[in-house]
Amino acid sequence: MTLNPPPTPHEPRPGRTTGTLEIKDLHASVVTDEGDKEILKGVNLTVKSGEIHAIMGPNGSGKSTLSYAIAGHPKYQVTSGEVLLDGENVLEMSVDERARAGLFLAMQYPVEVPGVSMSNFLRTAVTAVRGEAPKLRLWVKEVKEEMAKLEISGEFADRSVNEGFSGGEKKRHEILQLALLRPKFAILDETDSGLDVDALRVVSQGVNHVAQSTDAGVMLITHYTRILKHIHPDVVHVFADGKIVQSGGKDLADELEEHGYVKYAGKPEPASI
Amino acid sequence: MTVVENNTGPAGPGGTNTASAVEATIPAASRAERFTGYDVEAFEVPGGREENWRFTPMKRLRGLHNGTAVADAKITVDVDAAPEVTVETVERGDERLGKGGVPSDRIAAQAYSSFTEATVLTVPTDTKASKPSLVRITGPGEGKIAYGHLQIRIEAFSNAAIVLDHVGSGTYADNVEFVVGEGAKLTVVSVQDWADDAVHVSEQHLSLGRDATLKHTVVTLGGDLVRVSPTARFTEAGGNVEMLGLYFADAGQHQEHRLFVDHAVPHCKSNVVYKGALQGNGAHSVWIGDVLIRAAAEGTETFELNRNLVLTEGARADSVPNLEIETGEIEGAGHASATGRFDDEQLFYLQSRGIDEQQARRLVVRGFFHEILTKIDVPEVRERLEAAIEAELEAVESAIA
Repeated sequence: MTLNPPPTPHEPRPGRTTGTLEIKDLHASVVTDEGDKEILKGVNLTVKSGEIHAIMGPNGSGKSTLSYAIAGHPKYQVTSGEVLLDGENVLEMSVDERARAGLFLAMQYPVEVPGVSMSNFLRTAVTAVRGEAPKLRLWVKEVKEEMAKLEISGEFADRSVNEGFSGGEKKRHEILQLALLRPKFAILDETDSGLDVDALRVVSQGVNHVAQSTDAGVMLITHYTRILKHIHPDVVHVFADGKIVQSGGKDLADELEEHGYVKYAGKPEPASI
Repeated sequence: MTVVENNTGPAGPGGTNTASAVEATIPAASRAERFTGYDVEAFEVPGGREENWRFTPMKRLRGLHNGTAVADAKITVDVDAAPEVTVETVERGDERLGKGGVPSDRIAAQAYSSFTEATVLTVPTDTKASKPSLVRITGPGEGKIAYGHLQIRIEAFSNAAIVLDHVGSGTYADNVEFVVGEGAKLTVVSVQDWADDAVHVSEQHLSLGRDATLKHTVVTLGGDLVRVSPTARFTEAGGNVEMLGLYFADAGQHQEHRLFVDHAVPHCKSNVVYKGALQGNGAHSVWIGDVLIRAAAEGTETFELNRNLVLTEGARADSVPNLEIETGEIEGAGHASATGRFDDEQLFYLQSRGIDEQQARRLVVRGFFHEILTKIDVPEVRERLEAAIEAELEAVESAIA
């Protein structure tokens, strides 16, 4: 596989303030019954609005922990470091405050919430993030359009959040939420996993559309190079043993494509499938 | 034949003072052997260790179980019935009484031996009631004791909805009979919305004739101690009973629901879904689901489910499904029971979308009860329950805050 040519260097859109997500020397532990175990061991990363950063790493390297720690999952304890969103420390915010400040995490395993309809959930979330309830008529139209782009059938609006959804349906709905919540920065945690070729295309188009139309910064966390055919990162990082160990451009992804993670994981582990 | 046994354990980590239990599927003695009778003296005074009483705080029964609770007041029964429905107040000697079922514990027998007058609602043959009939039962008052009896008769091929609304104070035990005739259809909702001091022990007898359909919903919100025992019996083939329950136990409340579905005739169906939420210190719910499929009950189809959501520390939910099967020639039989704490993953997911914690909790609890609420097809009752659940949730929030 060859990746498409590197994208042109990012130019901030006129009229929009460029934002920054800065992760500084972030250390985090997972809380287990046996005690705390350090997973993140000093992550440094700066993402600017409009940039797409691919964060690639072998299994168990701590990529998902990074996303959960930034979003504020209670299972993960940040022990030192900072995460600044436009200079504000998000680590001092509650989970919902982080979302309202402009962070979004598309989860690898979206959670089922029985008895809560997708439409109620989406409207409640959008009302919270935008600070006011969207006008009903405009809202219905907006949701329909975004659902159509992601090839989601209308009946999903009445179904319980993620309940009984296939893996691909869950991922489409994560991107639907991304499109409706329009965050400043989005972390996509293995959004590509479990997607067939069609679903990967649809989901990737959705991400690209949001990134381009809202100028969001994107952290694309993935194990495989496959999604990079569809979403072209500005920067590629290799994540191993709890931190970023190498950064580069397209060449780095090409190298992973060819050699896998052997160099980083200490054992052969392909990055392509 | 399909037998599904799905006992899922506690969903969340067990806390030091939050406990839950899902126990063995076969009771110590078969439900078929349980003594029944109308005369209180035929029952031994329970001490609290008996299978039937082991979860009940006996001291809080105020003597209903041992003969010391002597009636010193009456309940008030207000009926707002559909025009097609006949309402009577009858003496205890009325020969129709007791046909719907026989008391199966000492308090039910005490109530049967003690009531002085009964209320009988009758929907005549081939009649559709044009609106739900509301029966409001107001307790005898704080510190007072009363016994009562109610019979709802839906004659052949009729169709009606009945709401029993229990409010007020005091100590009260009763039997309620639902006698559903051939091909008739009854929807009933029994709401226990008592004041904080109330003690209510009720046996509800569900009797289904040939091809009869009964949807029986129990909603328990208030009271100090509420113990409702719905017992369903099919007198002839083709009956279909759906038994739904929703309860919300607050600090110090004991809410107990003991169900018994007796499949003694062929080709009947039963479906049981009870869901409860608990919050606060000493909140205790008990759910017993006994289903007996006797040898003659070929073609039976039954499923029962109980789910409990423990919202705070210090609350306890006990859940014991029992399934006894005496014939292999059935369509299906199964049960499931689970008790879990509030799911942190659900909360995290909702909060990660900007929804604050309070609102996220409300969404999850509303969602939990949604399945039951949508099945309550009396709109007025459904709306009232939605409002009551909201009020309970506000109480949770102030308890946590």
